[in-house]
Amino acid sequence: MHSLKMPIWLTAFVAAVYAFLHIPLLVLVVFSFNESKYGVSWTGFTTHWYERLWERQDIIDGLKASVVVGVSSTVISTLLGTLMALAIARHEFRGRRLMEAFLYIPIVTPEIVVGISLLILFVLVNFPLGLMSVVIAHVAFNISFVVVVVLARLQGMDRNLEEAAMILGADELTTFWRITVPLLWPGILSGAMLAFTMSFDDYVITSFVTGTGASTLPIVVYTMVRKNIEPSINAISTIILVITSLLIFAADRLGRDKPLVKSEE
Amino acid sequence: MNPFALRQAALRWFHRHKETQAWALLAPGFGWLGVFFLAPLLIMFGYSFMPRGEYGGVEAGFTLEHYARFADPLYIKILWRTLLDSTVCTLICLVTGYPVAYVVARATKWRNFLMFLVILPFWTSFLVRTFAMIFLLRDTGLVNTLLINLGVIQEPIIMLYTPFAVMLGLVYGFVPFMVLPIYASLEKLDLSLLEAAEVLGARPAERFFRITLPLSMPGVVAGCLLVFIPALGSFLTSDLLGGAKEILIGNLVQNQFTTARNWPFGSAASFIVMALVLLAVMIYLRARDRGNELGAQ
Amino acid sequence: MSEIPVVEFAGVHKTFGAYRAVVDINFQIRKGEFFSILGPSGCGKTTTLRLLAGFEEPDDNGGTVRIAGDVVNKKRPYERNIAMVFQNYALFPHLSVERNIAFGLEMRKVSAADIPGRVKKAMEMVRLDPGQFARRMPAQLSGGQRQRVALARALVLEPTILLLDEPLGAIDLKLRKEMQLELKQLNKSLGTTFVYVTHDQEEALTMSDRIAVMDNARVAQLGTPAEIYECPRTRFVAKFIGESNFFEGVAQSQGPDGWLVEGPGGEFEVPTHAAITQGGKVAIAVRPEWLDIAAPGAAPPGENALRGTVSDVIYLGETLHVLVAIPEGSGDRRVTVAVRNEGQLSRPIRWTKGDAAVVCWKPADCQVLEDA
Repeated sequence: MHSLKMPIWLTAFVAAVYAFLHIPLLVLVVFSFNESKYGVSWTGFTTHWYERLWERQDIIDGLKASVVVGVSSTVISTLLGTLMALAIARHEFRGRRLMEAFLYIPIVTPEIVVGISLLILFVLVNFPLGLMSVVIAHVAFNISFVVVVVLARLQGMDRNLEEAAMILGADELTTFWRITVPLLWPGILSGAMLAFTMSFDDYVITSFVTGTGASTLPIVVYTMVRKNIEPSINAISTIILVITSLLIFAADRLGRDKPLVKSEE
Repeated sequence: MNPFALRQAALRWFHRHKETQAWALLAPGFGWLGVFFLAPLLIMFGYSFMPRGEYGGVEAGFTLEHYARFADPLYIKILWRTLLDSTVCTLICLVTGYPVAYVVARATKWRNFLMFLVILPFWTSFLVRTFAMIFLLRDTGLVNTLLINLGVIQEPIIMLYTPFAVMLGLVYGFVPFMVLPIYASLEKLDLSLLEAAEVLGARPAERFFRITLPLSMPGVVAGCLLVFIPALGSFLTSDLLGGAKEILIGNLVQNQFTTARNWPFGSAASFIVMALVLLAVMIYLRARDRGNELGAQ
Repeated sequence: MSEIPVVEFAGVHKTFGAYRAVVDINFQIRKGEFFSILGPSGCGKTTTLRLLAGFEEPDDNGGTVRIAGDVVNKKRPYERNIAMVFQNYALFPHLSVERNIAFGLEMRKVSAADIPGRVKKAMEMVRLDPGQFARRMPAQLSGGQRQRVALARALVLEPTILLLDEPLGAIDLKLRKEMQLELKQLNKSLGTTFVYVTHDQEEALTMSDRIAVMDNARVAQLGTPAEIYECPRTRFVAKFIGESNFFEGVAQSQGPDGWLVEGPGGEFEVPTHAAITQGGKVAIAVRPEWLDIAAPGAAPPGENALRGTVSDVIYLGETLHVLVAIPEGSGDRRVTVAVRNEGQLSRPIRWTKGDAAVVCWKPADCQVLEDA
């Protein structure tokens, strides 16, 4: 690559931005192991605050609720989103462009608008607020993201591969299962990871459509942040950070695995 | 009919009815979005024109009063502050994010890792990141403790629950949204263009302003949109970092549905947010199309 | 009794929306033939191949496609029992070389015991060492190797028809020449009918038994390489395959051997042709190597001769091209005359820029075009 010298001030500035992005989280993690309950003076290493987490029923329940909501909304939105992406990428139908444009609306709509409009609907039709309503909401905001991810993968895929399978004697269904799905799989998985991460992290929309007994982890953490200041928040934040980082890392790996199907050099 | 023949017949039928097949694939997802995304928005739109119910909810009737309330200086101020904050936040993100994208795009080693470091906070729990800010900024937080211990200050500087904290939180939250698209457009930039400019006698600053910057404009415009939109609708940041002092339109909406129990007014407010978002998207599409036309010339 | 053609297109039309991709395609392909469809991009050659493969279906009432006598208009690709090599090879990136080659056999329910042997045989047929390549993934192969895998994947099915869509486009020149010969040998040794789509006229001339030249969604001319090259029927064919000089004029009078044509650069004779009428326009094409150049007045008797000035001499190695400008009222007509190179250092040709000369040819050596 052509080497262009970076002025030192530019490098320094960028380093500062990286520090700004990462130091707050690093500090958070470090102090989750601090013995002192008050303030931020370092008094010694402990895993006490992590142990304390297991004694808190609300956190255990929140984690369970988050996993239940995350998994079920991910499964549903990945399935529906993948089907939609297949229709858009592989079929000509009237209103296709309109459909594509429509799919971007949920992505740009502010979370708060999604949340309250769903709240209005649920109250209007007397739908009980609970795990079910949260799952419904999460699916609604996740579908579009899944479609976008899977569609990108489908559009980068060589149509000739499917045609080659057909001329070799595979009918449409066989072609779908033996060629399309295996090649699309990384896209589907990274779409699913994305959906799970967003569901697992969501506070805003969940806060409107949740009900008693359906407090997900972010709802619990929000309450803790509000009431404040016990190092347990640092500990649970660290755990959330680790979980999401691992998911993102995995999704990132899957997103750019081997050469993307085009068999040319 | 044996299963194999049945399968062939079904495939044949679907082949002859491609559009039906497409809609069969679309129906579940589109249905879900229709019922749980589009319908709620329409109902909310309807609510914004109805009189307020006593215990939340609405009563039958038609009124424009909720929109009329936005003529009140109090609400004009909230709207104005929201727009101002979003714009300022976008500009700060641009100024901080562009250099990052530029340096990473030019990095030879570590490029993927550096980009991963930008993506990571992008997907990290917003709540956790906001808490990290509180942890740093509060009176007994790390910054104040450090400064006091170093003897720089005697009394803690009040940073939390100020407009400064809100802006810091917004920028902290949205910088990655700016970096990603700019990086994408800079990465595609053909470096031989810069060499050509160099051969033609352009100095570094000229090369940047006359080649690099114009060619990365699509990324800049997209990045601005990606920051501006969530900033417009944000309420968690101002809620947690701004205390009650810094009310943005997002907080207004939330209040109407939690404490104030004025649903139709809250609906009207969120429709104004929605309208602003769509306006921003439209301006973006315009800018993008104009850019494409220029590119084609 | 005449043999049933392996492939037959009869009045085939295909439109996409308002775009007419192919119009009234007619041809028959004989068993074992190496048949090329040649044309520039966008001429409809790929659509023609896709109609044969079954990826596209002809328009309603848009003629019939037959394979071995059966109408296959509505047959799906997997019901046609033909094989195909794609332009970009279309190897399944998630399957190893052997699994790629076995795919078609598995689909045809060949017994599992027979598959490894047939895969091995197919690999040997395309000269890929099974021990070395069977387990590799497509991404680990060079362009030429992928090409061979694609070929093996098609040939392992022992098809009666093999479709090839510009399979040599993506590999370098030397390898391409080698593959051309190999393909031709495979065609002859296996007795498989090859239908070969290409935009490369030289490739088509080298390999084919017959060529269909396509232009603007139609078949412009169908024939053996010699027929196509030596008797181009239209201006397009004459231009697209090889080089040609064109002369136009008006038919004056018919003699015993042909017509006398009055052109802006002078009179010339052309052979009798159905397309010529008294007073009608005539256009002819003459290959550069069939033209001669002579000093003014020195043209052999009985040959057509047009006067001009040498405007350039181009050294090409095997031949030299002498460009002659023939004045035609409003401007000059550039004519290319090919002259054999007998050694410019020892026996240089006598022509240099500015020389007065005549361009001459035997009336029988010109080709009357149908689209005058």
